[in-house]
Amino acid sequence: MFHLKEVKYKDILNIENLIIPEYKVTCIVGESGSGKTTLLKLLNKIISYDSGEIYYKNKPLSQIDSIAHRRNVVMLPQSPAIFNGSIKDNLLIGLKFAEKPIVSDNKLTEILEFINLNKKLNENAQKLSGGEKQRLALGRILLLNPEVFLLDEPSSALDDETEEIIIKKLVEYTKSNNKTLIMVTHSKKVAKDFGDNIIEVKKGKIIN
Amino acid sequence: MNSIINLQIYQMALAYVFIVILLFIVKFRGIAREKEILISTLRMTLQLILTGYILVYVLNNKNPLYTILIIIIMEIFAIHNIFKRVKVKLSNRIKKIIAISMILGTLSSILYFLLVVININPWYDPRYFIPIAGMLIGNSMTGISLGVSRLVDGMNSQKHLIESALMLGATPKMASKKIVNNAFDSAILPTINSMIGMGIVFLPGMMTGQILSGISPVTAIEYQIAIMLGILGSVSLTVILFVQLGYRTFFNDQSQLILDE
Repeated sequence: MFHLKEVKYKDILNIENLIIPEYKVTCIVGESGSGKTTLLKLLNKIISYDSGEIYYKNKPLSQIDSIAHRRNVVMLPQSPAIFNGSIKDNLLIGLKFAEKPIVSDNKLTEILEFINLNKKLNENAQKLSGGEKQRLALGRILLLNPEVFLLDEPSSALDDETEEIIIKKLVEYTKSNNKTLIMVTHSKKVAKDFGDNIIEVKKGKIIN
Repeated sequence: MNSIINLQIYQMALAYVFIVILLFIVKFRGIAREKEILISTLRMTLQLILTGYILVYVLNNKNPLYTILIIIIMEIFAIHNIFKRVKVKLSNRIKKIIAISMILGTLSSILYFLLVVININPWYDPRYFIPIAGMLIGNSMTGISLGVSRLVDGMNSQKHLIESALMLGATPKMASKKIVNNAFDSAILPTINSMIGMGIVFLPGMMTGQILSGISPVTAIEYQIAIMLGILGSVSLTVILFVQLGYRTFFNDQSQLILDE
């Protein structure tokens, strides 16, 4: 799905060769500051590498339209933005940004169930706790139905039990819908239990 | 109507006495602003005397070149003033956009207003051209300064929201829409507010001037209404141009947010 060749980004990343497979769960692990988030950002094309090339489905990223690419390869940052408004507004805003058709309230409620968020659609999203906001943002990108999910520590604000449930559901969803999941995680357990493929980043280099 | 009382030198001096009294009060109360009051009074006096003589000359020697030259000086001064007044750091790209928006926005408003609405003849008649251009340029300058601050501040402080939106597939336009709208609102708000208070809370300067010089208040009001519409139009047009072009300077051709340049 992704192939990185001689990719350099400032002093942060220096990747000689890396292949990230399609339809698999890839976990990226490593110490903080090692360049994991930067790697995700490069794949999302929210930043551009200084040299080398990243191929997405055999096409150089530099030749793909950034916005179209981000709609296929959606990224969830570590502390995702929650916009002013209700839970519903926050779920729908992703669809508006990606210019995709708006879905029914039923579908939105299903998403809330999926992410274990026991709230009403019209509740104020700003009043949610950190963990709830994180799940809401996850729900938002699930609605977008992209080819690839890039998740930066999607469970960092969740307790172990909720983390386990959410990641498990996410992995099942990815596999049954032929999606690709690329996830940065601090949890060795998550990586070991769910990763089909584990990438370890150390000081900007892939060591594994 | 009586013609206006010509102020004599001693009468002017009396006006300054008023400021001297103010200076004493300020000093007595320990407000350390004497220097600013003195300098601004002095600057205002010198600038106006100079302008007065230039205007006398230009009005007596009507020439399109003089009018054009004065408009160019006004525009340059206004643009320079915006750069100075805005406290945030401006990139060269955004400075260019400020200059383009000011020139296009004010010039098209000035020309429409003078040539179509008032229909002056000759087109460069400095008696109309200079004061009206001054009002439109001055108000647009204030508006755009507010807009620039809001836009740059918004882009910097809400970087996180913009980037999150981009990651979801938003275009730069969608991602910065709220900030752009906010900048526009804050830029035209002073003009809107002044229109609301006009005639009740205060009498606007141009109208006051015309009434003082013996013109019928009805004519003065007609001019004032027209000029307010002109100001609103010019401020809005300038600011719309600025925000619509300005937000783009925060993104590169790969639709990535760039803030460090």
